[in-house]
Formats: sequence, C-alpha cells, structure tokens
Amino acid sequence: MSGALLEGILEHMAIVSIAVLISSVLGIIMGIIAYWVRFLDSVILWVSEVLQTIPSLALLALLMIIFGLGDITMIVGLVLYALLPIVSNTYTGLKNVSPHLKDAARGMGMSKMQRLFKVEIPLSFPLIFSGIKIALVNSLSVAVMGVLIGANGLGTIIYRGIQSRNMMNILMGAIPVVIMALVFDFGMSKIEKKLIKRTK
Amino acid sequence: MIKFQNVSKCYGHTAILKNISFDIKQGEFVVLIGPSGCGKTTTLKTINRLIEPDNGKIFIDGKDITKANPVELRRTIGYVIQQIGLFPNMTVEQNISIVPKLLKYPKQKCQEIVQDLLALVDMPYEENAHKYPTELSGGQQQRIGVLRALAASPPIILMDEPFGALDPITRDSLQEEIKRIQKKLKKTIVFVTHDMDEALRLADTIIFMNNGKIVQMASPEEMLQNPADSIIKSFLGKHMDNGNGVPKLFAEDFMKTKVFKVPRTSRTLECIKLMSSKDVNSLVVLNDDDTYLGTVSIEDIKALGKPGKEIAELVTNDVITVSRKEGAQIAFDKLLSSKSNYVIVLNDNQTVAGLITRTSMAKALGEALWGEVL
Ligand SMILES: Nc1ncnc2c1ncn2[C@@H]1O[C@H](COP(=O)(O)OP(=O)(O)OP(=O)(O)O)[C@@H](O)[C@H]1O
Ligand SMILES: [Mg+2]
Repeated sequence: MSGALLEGILEHMAIVSIAVLISSVLGIIMGIIAYWVRFLDSVILWVSEVLQTIPSLALLALLMIIFGLGDITMIVGLVLYALLPIVSNTYTGLKNVSPHLKDAARGMGMSKMQRLFKVEIPLSFPLIFSGIKIALVNSLSVAVMGVLIGANGLGTIIYRGIQSRNMMNILMGAIPVVIMALVFDFGMSKIEKKLIKRTK
Repeated sequence: MIKFQNVSKCYGHTAILKNISFDIKQGEFVVLIGPSGCGKTTTLKTINRLIEPDNGKIFIDGKDITKANPVELRRTIGYVIQQIGLFPNMTVEQNISIVPKLLKYPKQKCQEIVQDLLALVDMPYEENAHKYPTELSGGQQQRIGVLRALAASPPIILMDEPFGALDPITRDSLQEEIKRIQKKLKKTIVFVTHDMDEALRLADTIIFMNNGKIVQMASPEEMLQNPADSIIKSFLGKHMDNGNGVPKLFAEDFMKTKVFKVPRTSRTLECIKLMSSKDVNSLVVLNDDDTYLGTVSIEDIKALGKPGKEIAELVTNDVITVSRKEGAQIAFDKLLSSKSNYVIVLNDNQTVAGLITRTSMAKALGEALWGEVL
C-alpha cells in the first residue's frame, strides 16, 4: 500500500509541477504582453479570468473531448486553470513599478527589453512569485480530479477509497494533498517575504 | 551646445511649452526656475527625448536630436530626478555602473569608474559599494543618484529638482559638491528648481519660465538687478530690497559650508593631525549636541596643549559669530573689525552653518562688481 501511496504522491507532484511550470512561462509572457500592448490588456485578463470561472469539472470534460483520457488532459487543464493568478500578478506587478524608476530607467538609455529584464521584472518578481504560489497550491487540489479523466495521482487512491467505502484509503489520499499544499504555501510565503525586501 | 528653436508642446488643447528658444553654451550651469506647472520638467525631458515636442527643433552640438536614436542619445546625457530613482534591487556599485555597462565598458573599467566617483564625494568604496540604496541616508542616496548620472562621463547632465526632498544642511553641502564637480569636470548642466536661493547659488545663467514661456534668461546678478517681471521679483523675494533694485544679501549667501569641526571630546593630537591633513590652522569645536562651542587654533594647541588632553580645555571664544539671516553688510563689518580672519555663521538652533573668511568676502564683493570670478 505504502508503495502505491508514494507513487501517487510522486505522480501528483509531477503532474502539478509540469503544469505550473508551463503555466508560469505562458502566464508571465501573457502578463508582459498585456503590460506592453495597451489594447490587449483587457482581452488577456478577461480570457484568463473566464478560464478560471469555468467549473474545473466542466473544463476537464471539454478538454477530454479534444485530448482524450490521460495525464496530458489533466496537465492542459491545470495549465489553463493556473493561468489567472500568474497573468494578473505579472501584469499588476509590472504596471505598479514606481513610475519614477521607469522614468529613470528610460532616461538612462535602457531599451524596452533592458528595462523589462533589469528593472521591471526584478521589481515585480515578488508579486509574480506570489501568483505562482497561488497557482501551485490551487493546482494541488484540482489535480485530485484527474482520476475522473484517467490521469494518475492521489485522486486515484481517494477514488478507490470512495468506491470501497474505505475511510482509511480516502484519508491516505487526501492528507498528503493537504500537507503538500500547506508546506508549499508556508515555504513559498517565506521566500516571498525575503524577495520583497530587495524591491522596496 | 544645446539649442532650442521654437519648441512647442501641447497636451490636448493645453499648450504647455509655447515657442521656446534658447542657447546653452558648453560648460554652462543653467538653472530653469518658475512656478509649479510652468513647464520646467517638460522642457528638461524634451532634451533627452522622454518627451517629443510637437513643433520646433532641438540641437545638441549642432545636430538635430530627432535624427539620433533616442536610446543611444540618452546614454550620452546624464539624468537625475527628484525622487532619486536608484534601483532598490541593485547595489550602489550596480546602480552607478548601469550606463557604463549599457555602453559595454569592460568590467575592470566599470569598477574603476565606481571607485573614482565614490572618492569624489568622500564615500569610501569598501564601505559603500555593496550597500543597497535603502541602507543609505537620503543625502547619500542622492549623491549616488548624481554619480550614476556622471558615470559614463556624459558632457550634458539634466537634473530635475535633485535636492528638493533633502534637509537644508544636506542640500547646502550637495549644492557645493555639484558646483565643484561641474567646474572640475567641465559639464554642461541643466538644473530645474523652484528655489531661488538654489538658482542664485548655482547658476551661470537662470532661465525663468512662466506659463510655458521664457520670461527672462539672464545671469543671477543681472536678474537681481533688473528682474524683467513682477513674478520674478516675487521669486527673488528676500533677495530684493523693497523695490529699489539693490539685492539684499545675507550672511548665508557668502558663507563657505565646508567647515572642519571636531567634538569637544577630541584629543589634541587628533586635532593637530586633522589640521595638517586639511591644511587649516584652526578648527570649530562642537558641544555634544552639535551646537557651537568655540574655536581652537594650532598656536594654542602648540603653546598650551598636552598630548592626550581633551580639546575642550583649549577652546576660545574670540571668533565672532553671526546668524545666517544677518545682513551681509553687518557680517562684513564684524569680520573687518575682528582680530581673527573669519566669522562663524550659525543656524537658528546654534549649530554651525558655515563661515565667512576674508577671501570668501572678497570673492563675493568681486562677483557683485564684475560677475563670476574664479
Ligand atoms: N502627460 C501629461 N498629460 C497632460 N498634461 C501634462 C502631462 N505632463 C505634464 N502635464 C501638464 O503640463 C504642465 C507642465 O508640467 P511640468 O511637469 O513641465 O511642470 P513643472 O514646471 O515641472 O512643474 P513642477 O514645478 O510642479 O514640477 C502642467 O500643468 C502639467 O499638469
Ligand atoms: Mg517638474
């Protein structure tokens, strides 16, 4: 049993990490585009907001039609679902960098790219990081639903427990999810505090 | 060096700059002054193309700046803003070497630049280079802001109310530093302020703006003698005698703010060392709360001092003091009738603001008669 549990935890983590990684890259790029291209910002923010308001079950069902059963569908679903906090935190962070600092950077002769990478992203990184944290913690629980679309992870153990009315099994699947969420939330909040120090 | 030709700028239907033309010579210290919203910042920002004018042309060294790539242009013009604008994620060293790095100077050169510049403002490299901006005082931060603008040796430096947020004492010393640096490095500086004291103290030429137009462009002396408009008179305020056109000047207008001070608890030997290293023959001695106690001269120490004794025992009160708002004439009279060759200028709270020596008096009189003398 403990072998299955360990496997479940690892699969769960793997699916969530891959999804959040992809979502971070996509989300940060979308946030930057929204920040740079004025007329696109409302569109991009709207899309990521709408994605999140779709009930996760419905979203997964829709994706299943396209991608079939399995881990890939779950990852795609998580990516879409995790986008909002990352996009909106990136956008807000970049937008809220002090106008004086932006002015100074421009006045010193930094190009748009140099301003982004040397000033704007470093200064908004704590907020971007906090978006990634929210995405990660949310995804850990959403990923439990993977079992319904044939993906691996802790959902499988919980589902088996439900079917066999075995409380032990349900808890064995659920508790690691809660612990992982708490650990990540705590650890990443700590890092976030450290990051903020260097941007004020 | 910098030439404005009929420059105009509108936001919507409001004209912010109305047909501005002027010339700034190489090595000139030009101060833009005027009431809030008159267009000083806008004028300044057109020079490094942070703002593009709607009409008119701006030339630097005879070249139309719209023909240059704006990013490259800005790397050749230093820029200092009121809010200081140091990047909080970078150390002092990284902040100062931004433009040299953008220009791809080798690492070694960047570090040399930082060392030289920090030495220029008496902030030792080892102690300061690796600090973050939040670990510095406001005055130190703005010093770094100025150094950052100097880093790639741009011939032109733009400064937008750089000392506006600083306390008066820090501002005094930074003004003196920037003037010294400007003369030493022969920079052309365009400096925005709304403080007439600052303008009179720093400028070779003052450009007075109101409502997007230039009201008067003149040397400080000429502006004092012939202010072109009542609004300029109101800005000159205390510097004018009731309308008869003779400038009213105060002790503070002539004082040197670089004064060598020691606490009353210093030892005789330290004082002698300081005197010989700074090449002065007397020091100002302060009480524990930084108020003025008296002075001590090298003769007294040599005649009466024992090694290791506290300096407080040797302090004398022969030197005359005046308040910084004392009329210049009274201060001069006191100086001329005094045995010592300087008078001490005190702030209202009895701390030391500066001193007037016979040389600084002579220089001030010379400037009043013949304009700037070096
Ligand atoms: N982007 C903008 N859009 C509209 N109006 C603007 C803009 N920037 C500046 N203005 C207006 O232009 C006028 C001149 O502004 P500017 O910043 O040049 O004034 P200033 O002389 O530097 O004033 P201060 O002493 O307050 O800094 C002001 O009335 C200001 O409100
Ligand atoms: Mg301004």
